[in-house]
Amino acid sequence: MHPFRKTKTHPIEVFAEQSIRVVASATILLIFLILVFVFKEATVLFFPGTNTEQTASTDVPQTSTSDSPEAYGTAAASDQPNTESRVDSYVADSSRSLHQLYVPRNADYPEIYNAETGNLPTDVAASEASTSEASGSNAAKKSLMSNLSTTTWQPVSENPKFGLWPLFIGTVKTTAVAIAIGAPLGILAAIYSAFFAPRKLRQILKPAIELLAGFPSVVLGFFCLVTIASFLQNTFGLEYRLNALVGGIGMALAVIPIVFAISEDALSAVPKTLREASLALGSSEWQTAYRVMLPAAAPGVFAAIILGIGRAFGETMIALMATGNAALADWNPLSPGRTFAATIGSEMGEVVWGSEHYGVLFLIGALLFVVSFSLNAFTELYVKQRLIKKFQGQ
Amino acid sequence: MAKDHRTKIHASDFSVFYTEKQALFNISIDIPEHKVTAFIGPSGCGKSTFLRSMNRMNDLIEGVRRTGSMIIDDVDIYDKSVDVATLRRKVGMVFQKSIPFPKSIYENITYGLTLNEKRSKEELDHIVESSLKKSALWDEVQHRLHHSAMGLSGGQQQRLCIARAIAVNPEILLMDEPCSALDPISTAKVEDLIAELSSSYTIVLVTHSMQQAARVSDYTGFYLMGKLVEFDKTRTVFTSPAQKETEDYITGRFG
Repeated sequence: MHPFRKTKTHPIEVFAEQSIRVVASATILLIFLILVFVFKEATVLFFPGTNTEQTASTDVPQTSTSDSPEAYGTAAASDQPNTESRVDSYVADSSRSLHQLYVPRNADYPEIYNAETGNLPTDVAASEASTSEASGSNAAKKSLMSNLSTTTWQPVSENPKFGLWPLFIGTVKTTAVAIAIGAPLGILAAIYSAFFAPRKLRQILKPAIELLAGFPSVVLGFFCLVTIASFLQNTFGLEYRLNALVGGIGMALAVIPIVFAISEDALSAVPKTLREASLALGSSEWQTAYRVMLPAAAPGVFAAIILGIGRAFGETMIALMATGNAALADWNPLSPGRTFAATIGSEMGEVVWGSEHYGVLFLIGALLFVVSFSLNAFTELYVKQRLIKKFQGQ
Repeated sequence: MAKDHRTKIHASDFSVFYTEKQALFNISIDIPEHKVTAFIGPSGCGKSTFLRSMNRMNDLIEGVRRTGSMIIDDVDIYDKSVDVATLRRKVGMVFQKSIPFPKSIYENITYGLTLNEKRSKEELDHIVESSLKKSALWDEVQHRLHHSAMGLSGGQQQRLCIARAIAVNPEILLMDEPCSALDPISTAKVEDLIAELSSSYTIVLVTHSMQQAARVSDYTGFYLMGKLVEFDKTRTVFTSPAQKETEDYITGRFG
């Protein structure tokens, strides 16, 4: 009987411990599975034969002397090729890669199409489409890639066009507006709250703004849609009532609380003694704030901006309601735009399951995930390293 | 007390209150110029509060009130016309914990200089060198002036803080337990530094170590419960204190 005997663990504690372990693992697994699902659905586009889209794959004829010899989806060759889908992809396509594919088959081709307009005369297009046993997944893949890089997003039409470029422009310009408005406001508010506000005001201010972070974005979107949009149009005489600026302002409302909360924490975490040291050298409060405290908290403030970008990037409801939602390849913030997230939000509900459109939407989802994951990872790894370096020397 | 020097700081009936609690009771003191004055006393006796009143650092704490006057060079520093930033440049301060800014050594020293005026690179270089030499740090850091100050050792950081404080060319240097976080060797260096600086600066030092007060100071004030019990030449205070509390404290009967 030594004095270091283990005491018996209470069964409830054991149970609690085990359930925590199970729930935690399940959660992590669930998140992982969601990611796998999103990526898997997006792969439909690239490996048509191996997935749900059986009809899209056809056999690869020998005449098709394409530059890449691999043949995707040959296994799932179908006797009855889905001409409709192929017509779509051929006619919608406007880049040269597809043309090159046809060169060996038609000697006249270069003369007819040497202008790089890509506009096929309809009769030729029709004849080619009807006689197009020469496609194969290789061509489908190529045409998809070129289709994705066009400037037209028209997923539901006879010739669906999945140009991601306008969506990219819409996302970037809306996010840029949101950050341009939200980041300065959030950071300045944080500086005020951390250094200038009386203690009592700060005690109210901080939780109040942080509460805003949990504000339903549909309400913000509605507010922009109804109030801000009309106000801006009437004040500045804008051509479009709903545009990227309105959406960006709405997103800024969502971004401000995040930027504020994280910058405020970063600024408050700077040792108070640093402030005293600076003031003791005869600097003003303002000089102290921007020459000592802000640089000391810079990594945290930077992280706040990055996370704000992530928030704006993935924001769906406000974008859907207030940006005008027209997929224009136009950088002007005063014209409507459509973001990636809003595209998924508005189209996923009525997309044909397993179709190309479906795959493209999941591709966008995967893209959103990759971007926000990279932003967060960058913040977490790089910025924290900077912070640690800064306060430990070297 | 014997007055063989010009009075630099003159406080009369100076009291400080933290909201309701009174921290200092009617302190009257004349601190001589170009001398080292040490304040000793048990924790919470108000010596730091008094020190921080001399460059109005107490203004930063909410709910602090004070009465009485604090006169430096014939100016009441609590007068409405006084610019606090200018006052603090004249009355520098070194804190208990060394707190270099997370910048380079060079920038740490030039920080106070470049706040309100543009200075040439040569002038800054010169001031950086002379401040670091005065604070006995030059030999150790001259080859890494542009490295982060956070990489210095504790003792070096504290001497950097002293260099930073004297770079703005103050007349008075307030030191709030500058050695309490340092090892004995660094402490010895800082004490040597204090002795050297006393020829050109008026130094007021708060310390918990009576040995330190005895070693470096010319005058010593003993505080107890917010009152200045005794203030005289260090030798007198330590050899023949006038008050019984002082004697008890110095001989280690309490505190």
